[in-house]
Amino acid sequence: MATYNTNEFRGGLKLMLDGDPCTIIENEFVKPGKGQAFSRVKLRNLKTGRVLEKTFKSGESVEAADVMDRNLAYLYSDGEFWHFMDNESYEQYQADANAMGEATNWVKEQDNCLVTLWNGTPIAVEAPNFVVLEITETDPGLKGDTSGGGGKPATLETGAVVRVPLFVQTGEKIKVDTRNGEYVSRAKDD
Amino acid sequence: MTQRYAGDWRPGASLDVIKTRAALLKGVRAFFNQRDVLEVETPLLGASFGTDPSIEPLESKFTGPGYPGGKRLFLQSSPEFFMKRLLATGSGPIYQVCKAFRNGEAGKRHNPEFTLLEWYRPGFSADQLMDEVASLICSLVNVPNLAVERLGYRSLFLDHLDLDPLEAEASELCRCALDRNLLGAEGMQLDRDGWLDLLMTSFIEPELGREGLTFVTDYPATQASLARIDPEDPRVAKRFELYWKGLELANGFEELADPDEQSERFEQENCRRYSTGQKPMPVDDALLSALEAGLPACSGVALGLDRLLMCQLDSADIEEVLGFSLARL
Repeated sequence: MATYNTNEFRGGLKLMLDGDPCTIIENEFVKPGKGQAFSRVKLRNLKTGRVLEKTFKSGESVEAADVMDRNLAYLYSDGEFWHFMDNESYEQYQADANAMGEATNWVKEQDNCLVTLWNGTPIAVEAPNFVVLEITETDPGLKGDTSGGGGKPATLETGAVVRVPLFVQTGEKIKVDTRNGEYVSRAKDD
Repeated sequence: MTQRYAGDWRPGASLDVIKTRAALLKGVRAFFNQRDVLEVETPLLGASFGTDPSIEPLESKFTGPGYPGGKRLFLQSSPEFFMKRLLATGSGPIYQVCKAFRNGEAGKRHNPEFTLLEWYRPGFSADQLMDEVASLICSLVNVPNLAVERLGYRSLFLDHLDLDPLEAEASELCRCALDRNLLGAEGMQLDRDGWLDLLMTSFIEPELGREGLTFVTDYPATQASLARIDPEDPRVAKRFELYWKGLELANGFEELADPDEQSERFEQENCRRYSTGQKPMPVDDALLSALEAGLPACSGVALGLDRLLMCQLDSADIEEVLGFSLARL
């Protein structure tokens, strides 16, 4: 079993805590001038996304989590699982809805996603920062409106709903920032 | 931390901060000059080192004339022992600004090499010395009406945690941490003082010195370090710490002058070091001889100047007040 000593703690290090893989967000060295040293660590639970703070006695060792981030191509969804493939090894992985989280709103076949694997299983999926998706439904906007002010809801091919300017129409492709779910621009047709 | 500034040749502190530090040093010297306290220098490299199990040395070795096989030397964690040898020689009140070193300590409030202002006042009680520490800081940071309070270690624990730190068993201290949802306390292996340190740093320290300077006084006798035990209450020592804005700035003692008790503490601490797998430290016989010869009744204090600068500049990272921290070496 691989372990990390508190001296190895740094942002991004992956640890096992109470059976869940966690990543270190921040590590603070705490020590009274004449007393015991501690590491006060802020961590994110990679399964639940929750942030917690935990204190370790300096010098303690903690089990390492076998976690890695991989760029995988999204293939398809069978309704229960979302299937991904490593384009180099052709190895396939399946992520459940929990691991997909918000990414289900944005991914479309052949998109490359950052997938966090724990013991070889996806536990978190990050959609690309920007995606191009087709609008499947939106109210016809007023002709001549190009200001983009106001806006209206538009349903995308993935089922996600975003606010778009009035001049954008059904059937058009738009660029969306997946980090905040906001419309960026019309996508150029190529 | 290690890779943070790799390739960056510039100092962490801005030129303004470097100038503030220079003004601080000038202020320190003016303050003690006015009070007829003598500036002294003592070696940064010594043949012995304190036995305190919570302080680990950085070691070096001299090889040369007289020492063909090499002489083991320690970068000093404080000039205390040398300054006490000066006091026992009859120096009268003395101060020095010097570098101090500690292995294993690095973070937003720690750097393995740091700047200390340490001074000793023959004839002063801890109370008198606390007054002088407050006057010094007020004069240095130009805040004439900085609030100053003194709180006993015991009353702090009673107020914040409803716990008597002088009486509670280790198991009660552990339960207190668990009751307050301190994650990680479960399964932590600590002795009684370790639990007190955990509670202090987690729940009390962040609240200290919010309105001004807070002196914490009367530490448990088990944390006496080099302070004498209070003759009126042997459960506590004449030791104090200064906090400002949640930052520990200074540690002071009414100094232990009894050579036998000092020798006993060295031995006990080395036993503790041995039991936890730490290397025992060579005992400073010269200090014991100086105490035999007679250390005048005195109080002494060490003030971290880097941290004082942090307080003055409202900085949360020691990196910002140091030219070249560990990460920039």
